[in-house]
Amino acid sequence: MMATYDVLIIGSGPGGYVTAIRAAQLGLKTAIVEREHLGGICLNWGCIPTKALLRSAEIYHYAQHAQDYGLKIEGKVTFDPAAVVKRSRGVSQQLNGGVGFLLKKNKVDVIWGEAVIDKPGQVTVSATKKAAVQPQNPIPKGTLGEGVYQAKNIIVATGARPRVLPGIEPDGKLIWTYFEAMVPPEFPKSLIVMGSGAIGIEFASFYRTMGCDVTVVEVMPQVLPVEDAEIAGLARKRFEKAGIKILTSTKVSKVEKKANSVVCTLEDEKGNKSTLEAERLISAVGVVGNIENIGLEKLGIKTDRGCVVTDGLGRTNIPGIFAIGDVAGPPMLAHKAEHEGVICVEAIKGLHVHPIDKSMIPGCTYCHPQVASVGLTEAKAKEQGLSVKIGRFPFMGNGKAIALGEPDGLIKTIFDAKTGKLLGAHMIGAEVTELIQGYVVAMNLETTEEELIYAVFPHPTLSEMMHESVLDAYGRVIHT
Amino acid sequence: MPINILMPALSPTMEKGNLARWLKKEGDTIKAGDVLAEIETDKATMEVEAVDEGILAKIIVADGTMDVAVNTLIGVIAAEGEDVKAAATSGGASASAPKAAAAPVAAPAAVAAPTTAAPVAALEAAPGARVFASPLARRIAKDARIDLARVKGTGPHGRIVERDVRAAMAGGTALAAPAGASAPSAPMGMSDATIRKFFADGSYEEIPHDSMRKTIARRLVEAKQTIPHFYLTMDCELDTLLAAREAINAQAPKDKDGKPAYKVSVNDFIIKALAVALQRLPDANVTWTEGAMLKHQHSDVGVAVSIPGGLITPIVRMAETKGLAQISNEMKDYAARARARKLKPEEYQGGTSAVSNLGMFGIKNFSAVINPPHATILAVGAGEQRIVVKKGAPAVATVMSVTLSTDHRAVDGALGAELISAFKTLIENPMGMLV
Repeated sequence: MMATYDVLIIGSGPGGYVTAIRAAQLGLKTAIVEREHLGGICLNWGCIPTKALLRSAEIYHYAQHAQDYGLKIEGKVTFDPAAVVKRSRGVSQQLNGGVGFLLKKNKVDVIWGEAVIDKPGQVTVSATKKAAVQPQNPIPKGTLGEGVYQAKNIIVATGARPRVLPGIEPDGKLIWTYFEAMVPPEFPKSLIVMGSGAIGIEFASFYRTMGCDVTVVEVMPQVLPVEDAEIAGLARKRFEKAGIKILTSTKVSKVEKKANSVVCTLEDEKGNKSTLEAERLISAVGVVGNIENIGLEKLGIKTDRGCVVTDGLGRTNIPGIFAIGDVAGPPMLAHKAEHEGVICVEAIKGLHVHPIDKSMIPGCTYCHPQVASVGLTEAKAKEQGLSVKIGRFPFMGNGKAIALGEPDGLIKTIFDAKTGKLLGAHMIGAEVTELIQGYVVAMNLETTEEELIYAVFPHPTLSEMMHESVLDAYGRVIHT
Repeated sequence: MPINILMPALSPTMEKGNLARWLKKEGDTIKAGDVLAEIETDKATMEVEAVDEGILAKIIVADGTMDVAVNTLIGVIAAEGEDVKAAATSGGASASAPKAAAAPVAAPAAVAAPTTAAPVAALEAAPGARVFASPLARRIAKDARIDLARVKGTGPHGRIVERDVRAAMAGGTALAAPAGASAPSAPMGMSDATIRKFFADGSYEEIPHDSMRKTIARRLVEAKQTIPHFYLTMDCELDTLLAAREAINAQAPKDKDGKPAYKVSVNDFIIKALAVALQRLPDANVTWTEGAMLKHQHSDVGVAVSIPGGLITPIVRMAETKGLAQISNEMKDYAARARARKLKPEEYQGGTSAVSNLGMFGIKNFSAVINPPHATILAVGAGEQRIVVKKGAPAVATVMSVTLSTDHRAVDGALGAELISAFKTLIENPMGMLV
């Protein structure tokens, strides 16, 4: 019989490992089970390596437009696909090692293998059966292995995986998921991206910048379906200007594979069919929770649409078993997982915590131009019957944006007309993913328009537009 | 230095209260956040939480002591590492000894320590103390005339945030007293934590409120608190109506599958009858506003539809102008889309009156809560065979009891009675709806 842990976490993605560190900080004896790579999808196959790829694309884009800034590049700017991918993998590897270091520093036991919950209080870990997509580092030193482990509290943080549409199963060669799209042996000349959520659009943006002929097929009537319709409309115009072909209200109904290409049958909302051929197809139609093979069914743990049902504190219907992050339902975002995990262990420790407020979770998409948002869209606010005041400020009116050569973009703010509560903020343009946090803090502190209007924003910055957007909502805008 | 526990003020105006009971004994280890004692006023019972850690060295004011003045020394905590006995006897000087007879008062220490030096284990802000609240909480409180000093904060470091003010509004507590009047200490709504303590951990499942549940709670509390309801009950005989219904449905044209074009229900008659009755008594087809009475041209009748997780009230617009078949088909469409939560706001917002029918459950009679901005709502019970007296002899009739809830600000008793009488006449003589 092994030692009893206070907390055992299954999965070391951003939700799991942050939860483990917080648990250790609270003095709880903590273990974390991982079968593949520390840091999970986010760090190895998601958020981080795609940002590295997009950074290469961004610099390539600037180099191509060097003359706009009075610079001259002798000869042609080109790229080496293998080197671009290698840099991305290197970034993941560095951070993956960092997670191992952090867990060790916080005295969290790492158990290598696949976990199954036998019953509340007990987990059996067996050797990893899943073939790693591509091993990161060797298994970290000093990890524990197969065995039966006792834990007072078990937290499921197994994350999610790409959703698969029947008949369009990824094969790793012609039909890709983000796994293959991130490490292509060479860049395809033509590409169809199925799905225009954050993952789909980021790959579309990357491959288009690298010279690929890209078509995005989206079943909903707008690209970036969760975003504010006005922002999504502006994004679509910019994507199309960059040469991405976009088909909304259209679905891929059939895929026929050829030797080195796929032929997709597309169907629009009226049922009109057409075909489109490209070298590769990326399936980016969302993700589903990893709820299988961890013993949930046997224990009778409630699930709904592929995710574990939890309350705001991560508790499942079975005492002693918790779930956080993607596996506990949308929004499936790393920062939501981290926050949920922290709340979950703080509640376990008996600290006074409030359930996660999903209305204040920001979302960022790192396409070109970037899109970022928090809170209600204009349509959602109106759907709730709220009377709203809306502010808009275009990048064109901002000195810093002009100096950067980034005059396209918009910052939109939505206030409750009655109380001045900031209901939502929606942005498109350069660096907006770094700006959104200002509004997130404002929302969490429950500021009204008044505090935002009286706050001093530094000049010259893009953040001044956040101020102006608020001023605009109250009829006081200066620079338009 | 020993820590003095002083009698807390539960509200800015509280001067004295009763020490109901101690939850800790002398010698108990105290952690920050532990509940030390319960304090009562005539309106509320509150807990005194420890702010500091240590050992409860001395209880100075005993259980059950009445009328203990605010800021009276009621106990002493020995801080970590301090001698408990010494702390017990050296308990800081109290501002005023409790007058209660039963209270064993510790001999005041020789050192005249300022009473404010020790932390006070008070739940509520003392009068005049700074209240920490978010800007949004302050603004909502100001608009709703909520006294923030009486709101318990649940944000970081006890800061009052939006949800606390909303809870105070929903609970009807902490309303600011009109200037000049002496403010009675209002009972505080029980906090979630207090309510949970009634039930053992794990003995219940906690289901977070969805937005529909929150809306129902908010609107109904608002309705019951702001609308002076009164109720009028009437029995209606249904036999003529049931016969008419049969005849109407029998004549429904059928499509090629043999499906009738409509199947009118008793409820459809009720909607129509209420709409027509409101037209006959236009003074009752109104909405109260502070500035004026809104007298509506049309009868927009809401119909409460029960759906999983709550209810919603789609509105049959201009119901007086619509035929029974049209009302019937509209309701079928509304009910189906309500269950799918697909109704558009303009389909369930507004309206001038409403029908709530629980007859299908065999409910004989009930009173409904008015759904603002309506001035009335008709609660409909089951149609059932009852013995009635006709021409001095018992007879069997199908009878349905209905209760009209009325906003007395807008519709007075006699007018409400006229409205429900007109409704009864129409229900008992359904041909009257046609002319």
